[in-house]
Amino acid sequence: MGENAPARIQIVAYCCHYCAYAAADLAGVLRLRYPPDMRIVEIPCTGRLDVLEVLHAFEHGADGVMVAGCLEGDCHFQAGNLNARRRVARVKNLLTAIGLEPERIEMFNLSSAMGRQFADIAVQMSQQTAGLGPSPLKSANGRTSPTGPAGERIGD
Amino acid sequence: MIVAEQKPLEEIKGLLAEAKRVLVVGCGTCVTVCFAGGEKEAGILATSLRMASKIDGQPKDVTHTTVQRQCEWEYIDSLGDQIREADIVLSVGCGVGVQALVERFPEAWVVPGLNTAFMGMPTEQGVWEERCAACGSCILGLTGGICPIARCAKQLLNGPCGGSQNGVCEISKDLPCAWQLIYDRLKSQNRLHLITQIQPPKDWSTSRDGGPRRITREDLRLAAEVSE
Repeated sequence: MGENAPARIQIVAYCCHYCAYAAADLAGVLRLRYPPDMRIVEIPCTGRLDVLEVLHAFEHGADGVMVAGCLEGDCHFQAGNLNARRRVARVKNLLTAIGLEPERIEMFNLSSAMGRQFADIAVQMSQQTAGLGPSPLKSANGRTSPTGPAGERIGD
Repeated sequence: MIVAEQKPLEEIKGLLAEAKRVLVVGCGTCVTVCFAGGEKEAGILATSLRMASKIDGQPKDVTHTTVQRQCEWEYIDSLGDQIREADIVLSVGCGVGVQALVERFPEAWVVPGLNTAFMGMPTEQGVWEERCAACGSCILGLTGGICPIARCAKQLLNGPCGGSQNGVCEISKDLPCAWQLIYDRLKSQNRLHLITQIQPPKDWSTSRDGGPRRITREDLRLAAEVSE
């Protein structure tokens, strides 16, 4: 990327192993096109979603975060996706207090057969985040925050 | 356990004011298990403050650390270097923790990140309820193990009052009448005779009315031995 090129929107997508990640895989197998803004992080279950980890994603330059778990009622671990939904709601409140738009994080539910829907929500999330513009936490050159998880300074 | 909840971020930002280097100090005991000020919450708060201060255009250098217990010298002594490097210390321990830090490091400016609420327990995941008011003179042996001081809105010793309706306190439909609970418990244990004993006015001097409290155990003190 050139020195003066505008930074691309970056979205971190936390996808559960059993459904959403498999749906993303299917979207690939089906050769569906969706914006290349996604950075998919596979997690065993969205119940594993950690509020602090999500905040770090934002702190280190993510413009949006997408959490995708199994369909409600179909969580491989019974209720992990319901717990994740509550955590996403908490992050929305935290983002508002911090001064970011709560729409920068959204929760979605997919089955592993919903490859097309995965591509659709990727487009939706990308457009929604692009509409909000780049995160004010992202420096002009698109680089991330110089602090690590405990606030310690990390490499340039 | 001591139950607390975090202050709103806006209030915390006001407490930090212009300070640039902020040390958030969590506590690994009571406030960890009520999800108010443990390692995880201290991390979330520190991260939130870093992000908020950057958005506000005045980035702060916010770090965090958590000690096992913020209310004992042995555990907070190790914080000396970190506290000296900070402009301000944001304690997310209970009110005792904040004061312990101030007493140990009198030169440090320590502010609270939590509102300490009560002594209680989780009644379900995510719900904490008050159980003890630390009145200093326990009567649980007479009341079936249910405390009317902590759980009756009027702190009645001879209840219930006329505000008890269908087992619910008149101040809130979500608050069971403590004296109804006591009655039910004593009845189920065939100890209803206890409720017929009229309790005299309580001596509140053992509670907050007697001023700040102190317990001394001479058998445990080391200082007295040294000074002899």
